[in-house]
Amino acid sequence: MTTTETPTSAPAVPGFGRRRFVTFLVAAPTLTVAARLGIDLIADTPALAAGRPTQTSGEATTATNLGTTYVLRVTSDNRIIFESPKADVGQGISTALAMLIAEDLDARLTDVHSELADAANLPGQSVGGSVSIRDAYDPVREMAAQARARLVTAAARRWGVAADTLTTHDTAVHAPDGRSETYGALAADAASITSPDVAATPKPISAHTVIGTPASQQEGRAIVTGAMPFALDVPVAGALPTVVARPPTIYGTVAAIDASVTKAMSGVVAVTTIPTGVAVTARTFHEALRGRDALRVTWGPGPVDDVSDSTVTERLAQAIPPFVNLPLLSNHVDGRFEFAFVNHAPMETNAAIADVRQNSAVVWSSTKVPNSTRRQVAKAIGLSENAVTVHVTRGGGSFGRRLSSEAQIEAAQVSRALGRPVKVMWTRDDDTRHGRMRPASMHRMRITYLAGEMVSFQNLSSAVQLDFGVSPVITGIDPGALGYPSIGSAFFAITQETPYALGVETKALNEVPLKFPTATWRSVYSGHNRAAEELMMDRLASKLRKDPLGLRISLAKDQPAKALLRRLRTESAWGTSLPAGWAQGVGYHEEYNGRAGCVVTIDASDPNAPRVMSALVAADMGVPVNPRGLEAQFMGSVMDGIGTILRAGNHIDSGRVRESSFADFTWPRQRHAPRDFRLVLMPTTGTSIAGAGEIAVPAATAAVASAYGRATGTQPWRFPLNF
Amino acid sequence: MPTYKLFVNGERVSVDAPADMPLLWVLRDMLGITGPKYGCGVGACRACTSHLNGAEIQPCVVPIADCANKHVTTIEGLADGDTLHPVQQAWLDEDVPQCGYCQPGQIMATVALVKNNRQPSDAEIDAIANVCRCGTYCRIRRAIKRVTA
Repeated sequence: MTTTETPTSAPAVPGFGRRRFVTFLVAAPTLTVAARLGIDLIADTPALAAGRPTQTSGEATTATNLGTTYVLRVTSDNRIIFESPKADVGQGISTALAMLIAEDLDARLTDVHSELADAANLPGQSVGGSVSIRDAYDPVREMAAQARARLVTAAARRWGVAADTLTTHDTAVHAPDGRSETYGALAADAASITSPDVAATPKPISAHTVIGTPASQQEGRAIVTGAMPFALDVPVAGALPTVVARPPTIYGTVAAIDASVTKAMSGVVAVTTIPTGVAVTARTFHEALRGRDALRVTWGPGPVDDVSDSTVTERLAQAIPPFVNLPLLSNHVDGRFEFAFVNHAPMETNAAIADVRQNSAVVWSSTKVPNSTRRQVAKAIGLSENAVTVHVTRGGGSFGRRLSSEAQIEAAQVSRALGRPVKVMWTRDDDTRHGRMRPASMHRMRITYLAGEMVSFQNLSSAVQLDFGVSPVITGIDPGALGYPSIGSAFFAITQETPYALGVETKALNEVPLKFPTATWRSVYSGHNRAAEELMMDRLASKLRKDPLGLRISLAKDQPAKALLRRLRTESAWGTSLPAGWAQGVGYHEEYNGRAGCVVTIDASDPNAPRVMSALVAADMGVPVNPRGLEAQFMGSVMDGIGTILRAGNHIDSGRVRESSFADFTWPRQRHAPRDFRLVLMPTTGTSIAGAGEIAVPAATAAVASAYGRATGTQPWRFPLNF
Repeated sequence: MPTYKLFVNGERVSVDAPADMPLLWVLRDMLGITGPKYGCGVGACRACTSHLNGAEIQPCVVPIADCANKHVTTIEGLADGDTLHPVQQAWLDEDVPQCGYCQPGQIMATVALVKNNRQPSDAEIDAIANVCRCGTYCRIRRAIKRVTA
């Protein structure tokens, strides 16, 4: 791929989430426009090491291989193909990005098809930290506008009319005299237009007809007909089912193995010892699982065999220093909150297909970090990175789970050993017991006030060490340089902001270095820490005999926060009379350039079987791209709140995770879900684009706990409650 | 190894499989029918939910021996050519799926429910025990109400 010309563009707003980028025309037989994010702000070290030129706005670009983050191609059959670097794991990003293109290309949304790009070692090819839409908003619209300008110019030249008399809609260019031509019919001509006759500027928000209008997911029909391929559904010829016997305790090792019975079993093809366990490959997964059951393995210990829940709690408590002394005559409210480990538990377990040959390898799987997957697979089987192809499949959920690449590495290791393609599936108990978890945490908090004025807020937290892996959220964080003992401590300090004026704030998180398989879990520390802070607001309100939502409004730090909370109060009919044992609860959170508040109504008339009956989320997203997608994200966030507060977590017994499947990891089902959910979007401001995947999790989590406490007259502090 | 004859989505098939092999792996690994998903293997998450002689089953815990000479319907067998089943259409109309992995099972469970109960109550909808980790339960409820309205 070479560039012939580089109309660069200027991203207007500097700062996190609005990255510098360049768009350019790609030399191709049909109109192809690409954009790449600048590498100046992104720590994608291999791209830097490869010496690719840094292209920033306003600089002239020589014709060289820039590499691409996003690619848009107009085909002769009038389809717009979009190569997306953003894995879709159900968050609907493919649809949202297609909407950006449809808007500024004036194409029908149904003509825009998003395809998940292979690992290409380029900046921006990762999903995490709710950055996808913020990364893409400017460059993708700009790219679409560049394509549109060329299509208009091609039509003008074909018809011999002035380009500025032409209009575009429905994937076609239209002339005043009634002539029209589809984009597909103009794509070949447009491919050679280096200097368009009309401006290539994205539309102002006021002209948007696609952005801001609810759209359904593009993949809907494939999903409801069973045709959507997830990793293990990809028909790779000869790929044999493979499962791995794993140690009883976390990160245990293989000491000795007797596979004689297994090898003699019907359907079993091979037994392979790999670093994480013993792999059994068979004709079917049934036979692989039976073969796994028949293995006789002697296991070595893991690093946390002497650790149980009580040990974790003790170590977390030890890691929190005492509060500083109180000013004379002041009052205070204290709180201590604990959260158990909790699995990500996506419905699709860890899974991958690998076909490793002598000098090359191909992997099929869902991964939010395709470049990292490629690097790790290459390293594990001793190939160069360029010899490994990673095809990204749709993921069956993630919530942070698909930032690591265990199944891909295992599949590659077994395929290399056997010299044939294999498909590795983690069973549900594998994923529950050896998969990743949100680290257990503890939070001690104190709000001090004097004569009605807030004096100080202390938040001293601890958590089991978090393995951030290659999560994009830690891009650019150097904990040592910032004066923190660990990435977790630094990340906590950078991200955990309290939206209320509580006086002098002291916040710190200390990590406990226990080696558990952890990973960032949707909203990372905010999902528990910010929820706990919100519960402190309830405690403060109770002590001051004030309404908890009214107190939040009065202490909120800025006007947009107050406006959102007031809207929440109106829309939820806050304070409405409810039956005994019922209550409303509230939570609010700011992050990812946005704001979200949540009110739920709970029926806790049986305190052991509470049910959230209805939920309302109000959100300020700046420019909401797909309101229907936002509703889906926030609906899911409410379920995360219900799950982690009321029902689901992981126990640790002497280095083993006690839970094994959805039978005992009691994630909420329909009978635990609100019967009614409503989203209220604050008016479009146009000043920022907010990320949607995580922002409502802390607010909803807080609201569920808050409602339970108010319904039962208790102060809940250890979660999940029914554990 | 015994041979079993059965009908899958209206087609007669014959498979050589151990008697205790769960239908899920017959479908996925031997017949290449991948709509039914593995989620737990113990009948707890219900992602694989399909029909046996029109009744809801979890193929991950139903051995092939129990399916001999019976009719299996998976998500792939629900639509009539290009015409979606009304439950599938309602799922699209409400944009129910998020990741979509559990949805073949959710749809098959709903089809079984509404076949025998034209207007399920909220409590009857609550009884659908399929797990959706993305948490799109409210839209599932809306879609069921839409199709039974």
